[in-house]
Amino acid sequence: MENDLSVSRLVKRFGEFTAVDDVSFDVPAGSFFSILGPSGCGKTTMLRMVAGFEEPTSGTIAIRGRDMARVAPNRRPVNLVFQHLALFPMMNVARNIAFGLERRGTPRAEIARRVERTLERVGLPGFGSKEIAQLSGGQKQRVAIARCLVLEPSVLLLDEPLGALDLKLREQMKVELKKLQAKVGTTFIYITHDQSEALVMSDAVAVMNKGRFEQVGSPQELYGDPATPFVAGFVGDSNIWEGTVRECSGQRAVIGTDEGFAFEARRRGACAPGSAVRLFLRPEAMRIEPADASGLNTFRATVKALLFDGANSRLLTVTPAEHELLVTLPQNRRFDHIRPGQEITLGWHPDSGVCFRREGGDA
Amino acid sequence: MRRARLGFWLFLAPVLAWLVLLIVLPHLDLLVMSLRSGSGSRASWTLQNYANFFGEPIYWLTFVRTAMYSVITTAITFLLAMPVAFYIAKVARVRLQGFLLTLLLLPFWVSELVRIYGWMILLRESGVVNFALLKLGLADAPVEMLYNDATMIMGLVYTSMLFMVVPLVSAVESLDDSLIEAAHDLGAGRAAIWWRIILPHCKPGITSGAIVVFMLCLGNYLTPNLMGGKNSLWFTEQIYNQFIASFNWNQGAAFGFLLLALSSAIIWIGLKITGQKLGEVAS
Ligand SMILES: Nc1ncnc2c1ncn2[C@@H]1O[C@H](COP(=O)(O)OP(=O)(O)OP(=O)(O)O)[C@@H](O)[C@H]1O
Ligand SMILES: [Mg+2]
Repeated sequence: MENDLSVSRLVKRFGEFTAVDDVSFDVPAGSFFSILGPSGCGKTTMLRMVAGFEEPTSGTIAIRGRDMARVAPNRRPVNLVFQHLALFPMMNVARNIAFGLERRGTPRAEIARRVERTLERVGLPGFGSKEIAQLSGGQKQRVAIARCLVLEPSVLLLDEPLGALDLKLREQMKVELKKLQAKVGTTFIYITHDQSEALVMSDAVAVMNKGRFEQVGSPQELYGDPATPFVAGFVGDSNIWEGTVRECSGQRAVIGTDEGFAFEARRRGACAPGSAVRLFLRPEAMRIEPADASGLNTFRATVKALLFDGANSRLLTVTPAEHELLVTLPQNRRFDHIRPGQEITLGWHPDSGVCFRREGGDA
Repeated sequence: MRRARLGFWLFLAPVLAWLVLLIVLPHLDLLVMSLRSGSGSRASWTLQNYANFFGEPIYWLTFVRTAMYSVITTAITFLLAMPVAFYIAKVARVRLQGFLLTLLLLPFWVSELVRIYGWMILLRESGVVNFALLKLGLADAPVEMLYNDATMIMGLVYTSMLFMVVPLVSAVESLDDSLIEAAHDLGAGRAAIWWRIILPHCKPGITSGAIVVFMLCLGNYLTPNLMGGKNSLWFTEQIYNQFIASFNWNQGAAFGFLLLALSSAIIWIGLKITGQKLGEVAS
């Protein structure tokens, strides 16, 4: 398949500080690609280089096979939806959307037609004559996207465009953005520090940390099979044990945790008995009072609190060594009898836990 | 409620007193004076003072000349101040910003008179510039650089710069950088960014700067007189002549009133043409 965007060995330094550190990736045409990472990891810097506002220190960026070195932002076939939208307050909605077409010298009648069609696409028909200040947050959002889409860019770049919205609207816009992308078929490159945004919308997600890509994969891969401890900890919630490897066998290892349990789990990377590891386990991987415990890792824990949150309800439990663990509480009424203070048995399958070798101090 | 009222009036009283005593009363007096002829017991009501202005070409031509040069000075000041303001607000680093603004303010520490004499020392026939020109062999004889319209306008622009730069700096500063980047990203070049984003955003600042500069030029007396010389023909000189030279206070008052009315009319027309309201500009 053809790639809309191809980034290779991209580096950006500000003085001594390396904001983007040797990043390479390809985005196939028509896909929704997210870059997910904590604040300050270099996401915006990366996007600004693709848009042309920042000159890479080294490395190449190619859009639809064309090298973008020394191409000015106004000559690149990409458009950027800014973090704070940057709509032009001195123009109404229609003039905002027409701005790019006017710069290209598109005939007036054609502009009017395309502006109205784009407004319909983003679900704002007839909004052309409104002033920017009269729009709600979600509507501004859609105008900002329409202003770029009307130019039919090869790639649309979005820099945390939902960041300024309140939670409820964000949930709604997440789904709408995904539907819009599927409808228009433009390649979206979406930046966020919110993992649920990335997981819900994307075909592929890159997890970024300290200027590097830790892993690129589908949302399922990132969640179910994290490649690095950072990804395991950053994407979704995890319970964590520190421990040492006792035995290695195939893709699994037996781990003695620091508090004295012996668990079998999947391992990532080389395995050497005696090496320090960190074990990650999802809250939903733990089964409460399993009927058939054969082949499972089991242990006893005390319920400390019931964290009710509808379908996302959890138990906060502690092991005898005061290690807190989150356990998903299925809302099928089977566990209604559980009360704080009670001791319960928890079990989990060795394939659902994953351990990584611990490097000196960090990770 | 009643006490709030009282407080309101207490605060308003000095403002009202100032308005009435220093603005309204003198102008009423001027208005009355301008509508009378003669003095003492032989005084009578008349429109003759106003008719003189329109009947005598030297008077209204002087006014037209003054207004035209004020408009030109305002335009030149704007063209010079806009890049300066943009540089101070967007390009310069924070510490340099304060320094540059202070630099602009510095000439205003000395009085206008001293500032103009400074220019005269530079430009007169035995002045610094001529000395340099002669020494360098660029001129055979001293060049008269004072007492012409170009020098006068330069002096007016110099005097007006600050009043244009300050409102422009705050206007440019309030422009979000990402708007410029967004326009660039959507395909706009330099000209389109200035024309469609920066200037429309700065419109209120441009207007308020232009009004102040225009009014200051129109009402300026020292600069046109000293740098433009005898043939500067500035309208304020006509007013001065009537009051001081001819002792015709009635005629001087009428000229003063015409200056106020006509300059207000010019500003009103300017606001209408650019589609603005005075309230928006002031806020
Ligand atoms: N012009 C610059 N000069 C120096 N350092 C910069 C510059 N721009 C960004 N940085 C640094 O580069 C790092 C990455 O910044 P960037 O804006 O890309 O982060 P981000 O991932 O977008 O974060 P956020 O999620 O908070 O927006 C930061 O540590 C920042 O301080
Ligand atoms: Mg950012």
